[in-house]
Amino acid sequence: MNVYAQTLMEWLKVPEAYLVYVRIGVFFVYALVALTFGALFAGVTSWYERRVAARMQSRIGPNRVGPQGILQWLCDGVKCFLKEDLVPKEADRPLFRLAPYPVFIGIVSTFVVLPFSATVVGSDLNVGLVYLIAITALVVAGILMAGWSSNSKWTLLGGVRSAAQMVSYEIPLALSLLVVVVPAGTLSLQGLIRFQGGAPWNWLVFQSPMTFVAFFLFFTSALAEGNRTPFDLPEAESELVAGYNTEYSGLRFLFFFFAEWMNLYVIGAIVTAVFLGGWRIPGVAWQRQAGSPLLELVGFALYLAKSLVVVNVIIWLRWTLPRLRIDQLMKMCWKYFVPIGMVSIVLSMLFTALVTAVPLLGRITSIGLLVLGGLIGAALLRRTAYAFSSFPDKPYFKWMV
Amino acid sequence: MNGEAIYEQLRDRFPDKVSETRGQGPLKCVYVKPEAIEEVLIALRDQETLGFRHLSFISGIDLKEAIEVAYGLISYSLKVLILLKVTLDHENPTVRTVSHIFSAANWHERETFDLFGVKFEGHPDLRRLLLPEDWKGHPLRKDYKEEPFYHEMPTTREPLLGRS
Amino acid sequence: MNLQDIIVEAEGGQQMLLNMGPQHPSTHGVIRFLVKADGEVISEAIPVVGYLHRGIEKIAESMPYAGFIPFTDRVDYLAAMFCNHAFVTAVEKLLGLEVPRRAEYLRVIADEMNRIASHLIAVGSMAMDIGAYTPFLHGIREREIINDLTEMLCGGRLTYNYMRIGGVSRDLPDGFLKRLKGFLDRFDPGFINEFNRLIGGNEILVRRCAHVATIGADEAMDMGLAGPNLRASGVSWDLRRDMPYSCYPDLEFDVPVGRGFRGSLGDSYDRFMVRILEMSQSARLLRQAIEKLPDGDIQAKAPRKIKPPAGESYGAVESARGELGFYLVSDGGETPLRLKIRTGSFSAMWAIHRKSAGCMLADLVVLLASADIVAPEIDR
Repeated sequence: MNVYAQTLMEWLKVPEAYLVYVRIGVFFVYALVALTFGALFAGVTSWYERRVAARMQSRIGPNRVGPQGILQWLCDGVKCFLKEDLVPKEADRPLFRLAPYPVFIGIVSTFVVLPFSATVVGSDLNVGLVYLIAITALVVAGILMAGWSSNSKWTLLGGVRSAAQMVSYEIPLALSLLVVVVPAGTLSLQGLIRFQGGAPWNWLVFQSPMTFVAFFLFFTSALAEGNRTPFDLPEAESELVAGYNTEYSGLRFLFFFFAEWMNLYVIGAIVTAVFLGGWRIPGVAWQRQAGSPLLELVGFALYLAKSLVVVNVIIWLRWTLPRLRIDQLMKMCWKYFVPIGMVSIVLSMLFTALVTAVPLLGRITSIGLLVLGGLIGAALLRRTAYAFSSFPDKPYFKWMV
Repeated sequence: MNGEAIYEQLRDRFPDKVSETRGQGPLKCVYVKPEAIEEVLIALRDQETLGFRHLSFISGIDLKEAIEVAYGLISYSLKVLILLKVTLDHENPTVRTVSHIFSAANWHERETFDLFGVKFEGHPDLRRLLLPEDWKGHPLRKDYKEEPFYHEMPTTREPLLGRS
Repeated sequence: MNLQDIIVEAEGGQQMLLNMGPQHPSTHGVIRFLVKADGEVISEAIPVVGYLHRGIEKIAESMPYAGFIPFTDRVDYLAAMFCNHAFVTAVEKLLGLEVPRRAEYLRVIADEMNRIASHLIAVGSMAMDIGAYTPFLHGIREREIINDLTEMLCGGRLTYNYMRIGGVSRDLPDGFLKRLKGFLDRFDPGFINEFNRLIGGNEILVRRCAHVATIGADEAMDMGLAGPNLRASGVSWDLRRDMPYSCYPDLEFDVPVGRGFRGSLGDSYDRFMVRILEMSQSARLLRQAIEKLPDGDIQAKAPRKIKPPAGESYGAVESARGELGFYLVSDGGETPLRLKIRTGSFSAMWAIHRKSAGCMLADLVVLLASADIVAPEIDR
């Protein structure tokens, strides 16, 4: 953004002394744009998730409001605005009112470091990954506040469980990111993307077996951080009783859910940036991309497409898998993910040292892992085809009804 | 083996505690003396050749002059249902519990207490089951009259017909 | 010691008293649990039932026999045909009435269709309670076809009032058998295999259900369990085979028994799998019944006013939830002297009370779902 601030300065012919103010103005505009993007994404994702879920369940989903139901989320939002703003009598009023905000702020603040293309990024902190993990920890505080202040045993249980889950899974999250940092040598997101290339065999996910494992580790830990199935015990088993956001209604309730859907984009964006090549175009050097607006646009489109694929997978997982119980969840984190993460970091260091000595090994490993990834994808496709063909009902491919 | 033969066996084993086979319908029963019901049921359950391990139901029956409690037992090996009955006093029906013999009897006896007022001595937790705890009366008795109000809620409704 | 005392005693102690109130967003009906929990681990879950008590047994004492049949539907509305069947069996035994063969076969067809429908909801809602929402809706999609079939047959989709004392009320309409055969071709093994691939073998479901609330065979028999709950504990007892009624002696079927498919014998996963296996057995029975359906009357000559002679009878069928029995005491009048309804969910609820000790909160949900209770059966 500094680059843009500079260009704006020269264009407006503002004296040097006022650089600070121009910068603040540009950042403010960027923040607004990012927030709007996030909110829009959250709304449209809610519609998209409902459609995908419905098609998986042999139903149709919202298709009345607007073309194909795409304005459904607007109606839901307006409805939630107009609802009565309840605060339970025995609840802790200041805390109850305050609780949705840390959750929201924790998620939205990640937009500071998330890049959209080669030059469009809020602020490319050189400790970007550490900042990400740290700021999302605010969500835990918000959830605990919500669970406690609602003055109900069930919400307290739900809030405490959620807090335990999120705090535990931050560790494998960080460890899996460190696995990737070792070969790349930088913690900043833009730096990680520049390290990768556009073509799949240059992506960090296929760079070594350890980063391959770290991809799955990170994805699963991010699901647990976002309270998505199969880790949504705090907000759903709770369907049987109560969750940390039961006593909330109207706008406050919406804040929690907006944060959750926005988190989908954040997970998709981070996974794409760190593992799947980000905004890199195959065969184009990043310096060329930074110079040309057209290539930047193409890069942004690629970035968005890859993130959307990841978001899609998360939605599919939600509507197929059951939930894990809290002790199974914790066991998985502490007994499996943390050791795997630590061992992966050490092995990644060894591998990086090896590749520096013998670069050919790196090439071979990338191609090999790419082939492995392709085989897994092909196996999945085969199972899908088998499922389609073995059931007497013909598949109904008209997605738009 | 059918019910008749089993009732014969019971009479041989407990001569003055088990009555002769009664009943004109398809399901015959025997009457057992209330104080002997426990040992009869234990015998039915534990004897290898009989093996009546399934307590199907315990039901009260309100005859105007007495209250009967019927025990329906099924044997997995003989594949037959037999019916044992005890006759109890109408005003104050009391009998020993069998919940330590068949744990299924726990809830069946609670229900019989709830609906008929039969007290089961020795029952670990004799509370009302289906009706609220502070309900007065035992509904399935023939002489049951409902209270007009329950916590200020009227229990009768004005008839809809006949209103202008 | 009454409920208030229990609450006061628990509140004073170290444990938390949680109230899983009469309203909770799961499909099991209006039941309430007072859960004494030490953090996550439950020490006792006391059920409080009676929210759905409608006094059906008392109503029976003032209702003529033929007019009582719609009331029996409401005893278990997810498997209403069984309730009809049990009641008319009890009355027919008292009257000594012989039901024509065609009517028996129609009854069995109705029963087995209803068993499939009921089990679809049972396993679907179990998956839903564990967090997988999709298989439930797939089950509902199949159940819609059965509902359409019963609507063709008797006009009702949930409560049927189909059987009469002496037979059934309506004969099969045109196109019914063709449609039923079409449904069976698609259901077994197509849908069942797809269901197993989607959720039956899912590792997470297995982890949630295996070794949870294991009920041993002796314990199950002692607690009065019946139906799939009992069979999952390893006891091979099925009224259709062991105390046969209707035309089941002519039909061939297996009785699926739990054997610790993925966990221990008698755990929640066994109960889940036994229901799925029973669905394919029901499909097999339906195919045979369609093939062997004889011609003839659908209703025997029953007197206009049904006044059975004095006596007692017990009519029991193997319902989707266990042994559904009507103990009928008649004194020769137009209305019964006493009608006692013995349901499978009643015993299952007691079993839940006993087995809840030592479960975690999430396990209580699984136990409740795997026992397949419906509140109206418990309360009547």
